[in-house]
Amino acid sequence: MATSVLSRHLSESGALIESHWRELNSRRRFYTWLGLALLALALFASLRFANDTNAGKFIDRLPHLFDFAGDLMPRDAMEVIRAMFDLPSPYDDGSFKYNYPDGRLYLTDSLYVPEYVHKILETVNIAIFSTVIGAFFGFILCFLAARNLMPNPWIRGAVRRLMEILRAFPEVVIAGFFLAILSLGPIPAIAAVSIHTIGALGKLFFEVVENADMKPEEGLRAVGASWIERVWFGIVPQVLPNFTSYFLLRLEINVRASTIIGAVGGGGIGELLRLSIGQNHQAKTLAIVILLFATICAVDQFSAWLRRRLVGDQAFQLAQ
Amino acid sequence: MIASTKPSALEMEAIAARHPHLLQSSTKTRRRIFQVGLGLAVYMVFCWWFFSIGHVLANANWGIAGTYLADWVSYEVRPEIEIAPDGAMSVSYQRNSPLGKSPNPEWVALEKQTVTRTVETPAAAAPSPKPKASSSFNFMAPNAALGGGQGATTEQKTAATRTEEVVTRAVVSFDRSTRIEAADRLVKATHAGETLMMKVDGAETVTPEGPLPHWATQKRPGEKITLSFGATGWAEVEGDGVSIRNRFFGWANFLFDTNSPFFGKSYGEVASLIWSGDRLDPTRSNLALAWDNILFNAEWQHLDVWTKLLQTVVMAFVGTLFASFVAFPLCFLAARNITPNRITNQIVKRFLDFQRSVDMFIWALFFTRAFGPGPLAGISAIFFTDTGTLGKLYSEALENIDDKQREGVKSVGAAPIAVQRFGVLPQVLPVFASQALYFWESNTRSATIIGAVGAGGIGLKLWEAMRTNSDWENVAYMVLLILMVVFVFDSISNMCRSRLMGRKAH
Repeated sequence: MATSVLSRHLSESGALIESHWRELNSRRRFYTWLGLALLALALFASLRFANDTNAGKFIDRLPHLFDFAGDLMPRDAMEVIRAMFDLPSPYDDGSFKYNYPDGRLYLTDSLYVPEYVHKILETVNIAIFSTVIGAFFGFILCFLAARNLMPNPWIRGAVRRLMEILRAFPEVVIAGFFLAILSLGPIPAIAAVSIHTIGALGKLFFEVVENADMKPEEGLRAVGASWIERVWFGIVPQVLPNFTSYFLLRLEINVRASTIIGAVGGGGIGELLRLSIGQNHQAKTLAIVILLFATICAVDQFSAWLRRRLVGDQAFQLAQ
Repeated sequence: MIASTKPSALEMEAIAARHPHLLQSSTKTRRRIFQVGLGLAVYMVFCWWFFSIGHVLANANWGIAGTYLADWVSYEVRPEIEIAPDGAMSVSYQRNSPLGKSPNPEWVALEKQTVTRTVETPAAAAPSPKPKASSSFNFMAPNAALGGGQGATTEQKTAATRTEEVVTRAVVSFDRSTRIEAADRLVKATHAGETLMMKVDGAETVTPEGPLPHWATQKRPGEKITLSFGATGWAEVEGDGVSIRNRFFGWANFLFDTNSPFFGKSYGEVASLIWSGDRLDPTRSNLALAWDNILFNAEWQHLDVWTKLLQTVVMAFVGTLFASFVAFPLCFLAARNITPNRITNQIVKRFLDFQRSVDMFIWALFFTRAFGPGPLAGISAIFFTDTGTLGKLYSEALENIDDKQREGVKSVGAAPIAVQRFGVLPQVLPVFASQALYFWESNTRSATIIGAVGAGGIGLKLWEAMRTNSDWENVAYMVLLILMVVFVFDSISNMCRSRLMGRKAH
């Protein structure tokens, strides 16, 4: 209404501009609504499709949405503590549901590591080890993929495509393939997670390298340094804090990834969680979920603290 | 000019002497580098021991790894030549052979003869060879006298005399330099210019004549001889037969399986059948029949694979969309500068942290129990996790906005809602949309994994195909489709994001 009041006082050309502006505005609004309508249509079709192909129908199963809460209700609260620390249960009837002490890993005759703590440590260790491997190869590859250090477009393109493939290749397949060759155990998970990490970290790393200040590199080039010397003394000191930050971010993601890969046969805590949910062992499930939750939170907090110390607050704006 | 600024060697030494700290890093730095390196090395050794990597790698079955990898892009045809003690032979193929029900490939040349022979059927061994012979018999004319006669002999458990057509000479050509010839209880293998003659007795023992070439191995005298011809296949010669594994590059029967009427026809023949041929099935056109046969191909299961892939895409799309819808109002409550109430901020933030920290995988397991296996579980899992992640990122974006716009809108007396709409939203909406797109793209990948634990999508199908250890070509097909979908969505999302962010470039 404000514009219509103003337009009365406008000159002829001014009115023309105004009418054009209105036209533009209404066209823009039309496209916005069209986009929203298409989105709604896609959403509706997707939901229909998802519901049709699901084993249970959404409406029928909705009352069971919070069934998992029942999966987490042990017979008494102490059961969770017992399951977590492998203490004998008063309900023990010889079944797998209450056989908590069986999983103990004895270090000495009386000192033991509880099963779930051991498995969580294994999962976290898988994550750390694969992040280290992934960061090592990502570090080597990233300098070959950066535009400012690798003028040859063929090598650059090849390395970038390689990273893309490593990143997009489903982790399940790598894990499954190594599972077929190696015996059951954590190594398929390590292979799967590290191969994915090489691609993911390589990409983040080379973007950091491309944003690096080239003046130190130019200085080194001026005194006749070789390519490796230029990279090592000119670029690496600049990018190392950011690299470390990304390394830690990736570590957080990999703790989760190694849990999932564990569930599909890579050992670690994931497999135990899947089994215990499948067999309806409430106390065990709750114990694992609590431990896992605590571990993930602890790793996140630790990595956030370390990143803040290393690079300051900007580490959190780069997060994605 | 450059030359004039270059210091002489003497000057350089003087500079070095004046600023020693620049040329030599402090002991603290050097010690730290050393410590980090040592720590990493110790950790690597520890992991080597912890996961017993050396032991596992040493015990791995690396020979099978090559076969599995080759299975990704090639397939084997397995003719079996059975040799009877009197030198008569028969050729059979594996069940579900990629060559169809009655294979007669060009690379297997057979000479046949009708002979009258005495077949002894030992009493103890009777039940086992019989089904083998009947199920695998492919080379005879349909009217050959086999079925009834052989059944009678096994029941009587005595020697019987029959007249039948047998193979007297079989030549299998792998490639130009590799072939196996069997005739008169003598197997002749030629590979890479070397020839190996082997005598078989039709029962137990194999005797090579002359020294074994490097491509042939025999563990003990008389036992089977394994011939490996590299990429083109391998063969095993036993006392009573030769097992041949001939490997061909490509995916067998990708369009039509062996039960389809279009099986074994060239593209031209199929095209002309569809275009102008008589109806193979009177109830529908040839085009409909061909399309149906492709979709329900028993080996490749195209329709099932595509449906599962679509499920994965839908899981990521719907999950991310719902997550951003729910995260949108929550982030306003969580942002300190929008909602000044500290308690509300903290409650919402901790709630978002909780959703994020309970992993997508745990949600997936729970919702699989709630909804049953299928995409609904996957959608819910992605939705719950990403509400947390997106809410956190959105609230961080809100906390970083420029307050001037908001103050400007507020100063003209706008209502609180209008302040948000015109003072805040234009700044953050592109960021929100870009984050949502990024998560859509990355969820397409993670949906594959959570599918493997039962939450719908292609993950479970992939996992099942891998567990059998024999369908690696199906795995390759699915991986290829996944890679294609991921790359397409990558580029769509990148394009959208760069448009969104580019238009609002600071």
